[in-house]
Amino acid sequence: MTLPVTGTAALALALVFGFAFGFLLHRGRVADYNTIVRQFLFQDFTVLKIMMTAIIVGGVGVFLMVQFGYAKFHIKPADLLAVSLGAALFGVGMVLYGYCPGTALAAIGGGSLHALVGAGGMLVGGIVYALTFDWVKATILPVGALGRVQLHTLLGISPWAIFAALAVVALALFVAVERASAKRA
Amino acid sequence: MSLQTTLDYRPATARAGLIIDWTPYLVGIGIGVLSWVVFLVVNNPLGITTALSQVSGAVATPVLGAEAVASNSYWARNLFSLDYGTLFLVGTLAGGFGSAVLAGSFRFEQVPTVWAERFGPSPLKRYAAAFLGGIIAMYGARLANGCTSGNGISGGLQLALSGWVFLAVMFATGTATAFAMFRTAR
Repeated sequence: MTLPVTGTAALALALVFGFAFGFLLHRGRVADYNTIVRQFLFQDFTVLKIMMTAIIVGGVGVFLMVQFGYAKFHIKPADLLAVSLGAALFGVGMVLYGYCPGTALAAIGGGSLHALVGAGGMLVGGIVYALTFDWVKATILPVGALGRVQLHTLLGISPWAIFAALAVVALALFVAVERASAKRA
Repeated sequence: MSLQTTLDYRPATARAGLIIDWTPYLVGIGIGVLSWVVFLVVNNPLGITTALSQVSGAVATPVLGAEAVASNSYWARNLFSLDYGTLFLVGTLAGGFGSAVLAGSFRFEQVPTVWAERFGPSPLKRYAAAFLGGIIAMYGARLANGCTSGNGISGGLQLALSGWVFLAVMFATGTATAFAMFRTAR
């Protein structure tokens, strides 16, 4: 088998990998409105626990694979104004909706009718974006466009130093959160 | 909890003890390992909203016309087809369904508990907020060129500057929104 897999086989794998992703999100309780909103109220840290663990575990593996030639990076351009404005809107929308796009799909699979209604909203949002894209491209995307930048090259340090620091921060956070929830119980 | 806000079709025995939650750390490791697999096997990081914008083009076609959609400069490079991205969406939906059925937790939910405690049991009110939130979240995700999956997880784990800026800003505005909306909640 030659990697990466392409063609029809890749389409079948899209269903398999998508299924795994949706299954994991649902099992992690993040396909649940309550879990997401309580994270933003600092009452439940499930979202942060999942994301930080996924980023560290995923990142160490992907950097090793890239280093040994088994994978390629896919870095999105750091168009700083667009990313900041987009993320600012996204945070507001995510709390109103109670899901992000991935967890919304898993939630619809679990029977959430309001996630389904919100998915209709997402499609409208996609249409509005396409219709305003020429304006966005001309006025917003070029502002603060730094290109496909990674943190370790920007800071001039080893990526492993960043992962080590992330691991320390994550562990400290996890210990603090678990202690606090044990005290409450 | 006695609010009649969810339509629960499961028998009482299924409701009692079958809901299986995995620890968030195990799920995080699972998503991390899934990232290794997709980078290695299909050379395609986890992501949702690029494919979702392809679907929005398909939905817009009957209203705007196929011509207008195909000539739109954004949809022209994200035209709808049953490709890796859109089939991944189908898989994600099916994965949520599969997990819910296996756990015996599948139920039609109209109004979640945290919302109902603050804004009452009206499904219409909840639907309106979800719809509006969906519009804003999707517009933001496209402007930022990725959502929690593509920018947050896939960008974050590659140490992409865009990913970490996205995570920091969206947690800040999300927190502000949540506190503004639920300020009377405990």
